[in-house]
Parts: sequence; structure tokens; C-alpha cells
Amino acid sequence: MTSRCGVCCYNEAKRVAIFGGTHGNEMSGIMLVNMWSKNEAEIQRSGVMTKPFITNPRAVEKCTRYVDTDLNRAFTPENLSAPCADELPYEVQRAQEINKMFGPKGSANAYDVIFDLHNTTSNMGSTLILESSADHFTLQMVHYIKKAIAPASCPVLLNEHPLLKYSTSRSVAKHPIGLEVGPQPQGVLRSNIFESMRAIMKHALDFIELFNNGVEFPPCSVDVFRVQERMDYPRDTNGNITAMVHPNLQDCDWEPLNPGDPMFQTFDGRTIPYEGSSPVYPTFINEAAYYEKQQAFVTTRRETLAAYAIRKTEQ
Amino acid sequence: MYLCISVLVVFFQMELLTLPALRRMAICGGTHGNEMTGVYLVQEMARRQKEEGDKAWPVPLVLVLSNPRAMQECRRYIETDLNRCFTSAILSFPITDSTPYEIRRAHELNALLGPKDSKEAVDVLCDLHNTTANMGVTLIAYSPNEWICLHIYKYLKGKMTLAPVRLFMVNIPKNEAYSLESVGKNGFSLEVGPQPHGVLRADIYNYMKEAIELSVEWIGLFNSGVMIEGGEVDAYVFHKSIDYPRDPESKQITAAVHPQLQDQDFCCLKSGDPVFLSFSGETVCYKEEEALYPFFINECAYYEKGIAFHLARKTTLKIPSVRVQRN
Repeated sequence: MTSRCGVCCYNEAKRVAIFGGTHGNEMSGIMLVNMWSKNEAEIQRSGVMTKPFITNPRAVEKCTRYVDTDLNRAFTPENLSAPCADELPYEVQRAQEINKMFGPKGSANAYDVIFDLHNTTSNMGSTLILESSADHFTLQMVHYIKKAIAPASCPVLLNEHPLLKYSTSRSVAKHPIGLEVGPQPQGVLRSNIFESMRAIMKHALDFIELFNNGVEFPPCSVDVFRVQERMDYPRDTNGNITAMVHPNLQDCDWEPLNPGDPMFQTFDGRTIPYEGSSPVYPTFINEAAYYEKQQAFVTTRRETLAAYAIRKTEQ
Repeated sequence: MYLCISVLVVFFQMELLTLPALRRMAICGGTHGNEMTGVYLVQEMARRQKEEGDKAWPVPLVLVLSNPRAMQECRRYIETDLNRCFTSAILSFPITDSTPYEIRRAHELNALLGPKDSKEAVDVLCDLHNTTANMGVTLIAYSPNEWICLHIYKYLKGKMTLAPVRLFMVNIPKNEAYSLESVGKNGFSLEVGPQPHGVLRADIYNYMKEAIELSVEWIGLFNSGVMIEGGEVDAYVFHKSIDYPRDPESKQITAAVHPQLQDQDFCCLKSGDPVFLSFSGETVCYKEEEALYPFFINECAYYEKGIAFHLARKTTLKIPSVRVQRN
């Protein structure tokens, strides 16, 4: 990335991947990647090689999130540099293979863009997930997508938190983007959710085509929700949960949670209120996969990021 | 003369059935280990029972977590669906070293709560389930002669405030009945949704809690000796299942439940109504002459059973007034 006269120049995004099945029971991405693997017409754009790819085929076959360990947490430097061995957990071996095919992570040979398709049981709508506030290419892409699907909304989650950030499969690319669409139960395919994800991918690929053809995107601002804190369920001394997400909070992703608002309901009907000092914006509310990760929801705060103008680097 | 005839007519219309007292009730959760409401409700009820003893409810309850290994792993089952293991035939197979876990467990549950078809069996067995389908509170009974279950349904229907209540009649003879509740002398399931598997929603928990409390309340009322009036109830009787359109070679599904059918459980489906939307954009419509009622629409666990939704006929069942037998 080079900068000249306030315009950020990025190399053309020639190699793009679309990952499905990083979690083997998140059906929209699996069905889209399978469909596009058979017929690439919909994802073809001039000047771009776009590869649809099932990242965790064993988990997909069993319709389970993962076999040994969460693939979407497996791309740590330790795992990627561990000596190749059969004793390694399946997903760690898989992470190494994916890093070879689409990376290496952090190198000049890595794929330009990877879209990672996910579903959530939370009522998050069509959420785009970013890992850096300084990647103006992805900020501009996200801005383009939001405008394209308006008036439908497309919240943007920024996970740059030093402790809560995790090593995703898409992090192998120079520009990683997560798509998280819900609510959809694990193992279920809902038509509306499938079509929403498909529409977002269409606009994302349109953006890349325009960028590669030399279009300059002017400076813009992007409203995001920045990850703050993970909130666990109340638990007893044995680690068992003692309350559920309150009906007033359930399904209210992206809406303000104010101090004093109901947050959890115990099994015998008592309300536990939110006791923070200021309003927060919760998301990933009651995601099935996060019970084992000790997360009832994550709090975010609203922020507006400034994206520089961008243009492709002249060869 | 006229007065005598009208009294006679009233006498013949009023049917009263006396039935034995319901002394033992079992409530089972976690028959599918990822259907969370039953798991947590049974645990909460067990906690209350420990604190308050038998005073907690009008009838003594046996509280059971049916499939602990599946619950531990938050999976529907380990080797085979436990809720298909309770036919008289399977319950009489001898257990060997290669018997799947869930069949062993079915034998254990049959010994604990049955044996099925014997006089030792619990009087009422209520099995708690969740579904990803938008079915509200659905009571599932086996036959139109399960008067206790039908009365409980009528009671719930009249009293439940939080969610819609329907009755699904499977209509198979008891020895062919394959699910856990058939072990009890009277058995029914409470199926509550929509809830993703592996998720615990407070609203769904509250609906199921209300349904159980009313069921137990009815049993207490029945046992107290009052006459409980019969009447007519609507029921959805199983007719057939419809699978997803699939690729003939790979068997992979090629369409999703149509957005206009999704979440429309128990809404009448008529000829020409859309049922599937293919990935290539074609709408598949319902083509049958007879208008039927779809339910279990897009239940996660039914993809592997080749079921996109069930279809039922709607009917009206007459139930007699009942009173407990006096000793």
C-alpha cells in the first residue's frame, strides 16, 4: 500500500477466495460454495480469479462446528509454524494446509482478499466483520456494500481488541472479511438468509471488479461497532449457567443496552439487570457456539472510521 | 311428556368416563441432548424438588434426563436417535456388547419408567422437546383415545397465555409407537419452538414452564375428584411428509423452504402455494388437490430423515367428560 496526495494505492486484488464451511454446520456458506464450485458464472468478474473453497470438509460431512478444535481460532503463529504431524488436531493440520494454499499469512504471496462465510443463531442481520481499522481497501469495500444494499442494513463489527481478537481462517489473506448472517439455527438452511449472503457477495465482487478496473473511491466515513468486552452467563461454582439471556435483550443485537436494563433471567424468574456505567451495543447475543466459550454476548461501542480515498497501484 | 323426553336426550349426550387416579408422573428432558429447554427445566424442577420435597407439586414427579451422554456433548444423539428406540420390538431385543448406546439407554428408561404396557408403568409420561420450526407449543399424542392427554391439551389451550397451543396426533398403535412417552400408561410430548438446537431462549423456557405447570395442575385437579367436562378439540392428524428437492446423483438438496412457507407452521397450504425456492431461482409450488396443514417446517434434525415438513389434516375430536375412579 502506498500513499500519494491523500489517495491510498493498493495492488489490484487479482486472487480472491470465498470460504464456506469453516464451521461445518453453518449452512449458507456451505451451500453457496458448493453451488459456485459447480457453476462459477455468478462469481466471475473480469480480471479476478475467485476461488470458492470448503475449509473444513470433515466438519461439513458431520454437520458439526468442528471435529477436534475450532478452525476459526486455529490460525495462530504457533499452530502455523508447528512441525507437520499426524498427531496434530485435524483443524491445526487443515490450518497449515490452508496457509500453504492461500498464504503464507503475512507474506507478499498471500491471497489478496478472503471472504469467510458464517451464520449465527444471533439476530445480527447481515454483519460484515473487519479485523483492522487501518485497512482502507476493506473499509471502502464495506462502504460500497452498505450503500448497495440500502435501505436494508449491514452492521459492521470491528474486532481489533488485543485480547478478544482471534486467529481466523480469513486472516491468511491481505484483506480478510467475515460475513456473519443470522439468525439461523445450526444445521438449518433458511432461504432468506441464503439469499442475503448471496447478495452481499455479489456487491463485494462488483467492488473488486471496479477497483481493479481503475475506479478511484473518494474518502468516506464508515460507522462501525468496535468490540469492547465479552459478557459471560452467570454461573454457579460448578461452572453451570444459572440464568438465560433476558427476553428483553434476546434478539436485540445492535440496540443500546442501558444501565438498569434487563440482561439475564434466572431459571426461577428473577431479572438480573445490566450494571455497566454507560450504554453499550450488544451483539452475538445468545450464539449457540459461544456457550462453551463463556460468552452470552459481546459489548461494542459505536465509532465512525475515516477511510482514505483508494485507487489501484499503477503498474 | 315433553319434559321427560328432553331430560332423556340430555342424559344420553352426557358421557362420563371414570379413570384410575394418576399417582405417578414422569417428566423427561434431554431425550435429544441439544434440545436445551427440557434439560434446564428438568434440572430446575429437580432443584425445587430437593428444596421443597413432594409439596412442590400436586402429584409426585419423577424427573429424568434421558440421554446424559448426548447432553454432555450437546448433540441430538451419540449413535442412534433415542426417541425412535421405544417400540415393543426394540425393547425386547436382548442387549449384547454391540448394542448401540441409545438402545441400552432405552432399556434402562423402560425399566425405570415402565415397563411399557405393564401396570408398573408411570401413569403419565411427559417428554420435553424443542424444534427449530415455528410451532409454538405443540402437544404430541399417539391416538385419539388418549383421553388424559387430550384433556391436558384442552386445559392448556384454554389457559396458556404466552404462546399458541396445538395438538398433533401421530395416530399409530401403541406397540408400534417408537418414542419415549409411549412407555407411560398415558404419554405425550411437549414440542416447543422455534429454538436453535444448542441454544436456550428465555421466552421458550417460559412457555414450556407454563405448559408443564398447567399439565401438572390439571392432574392435581383430576385426582381431587372433580368432574372435568369434555367437549371438542381441534387436532392436526399426520398425513404424510415431504422431502426437499434433491440432486439425483449427489442427493444434496437443491432448494430451500420457500420464504413464504418458512415459519408458517399450521397455516393452511393450498394448491399453487409456493413451498420451495431452488438455488437457481425457481419456485416449486404445492400441487396437491387437498388443502393440508404443514408443520415441523425446516426442522434441523429432519434433513437426515429426508423431511422438509410434515403435512396434516385438521380434524375435530370429541372427548368425554372424565372423573377419577373412587376406591
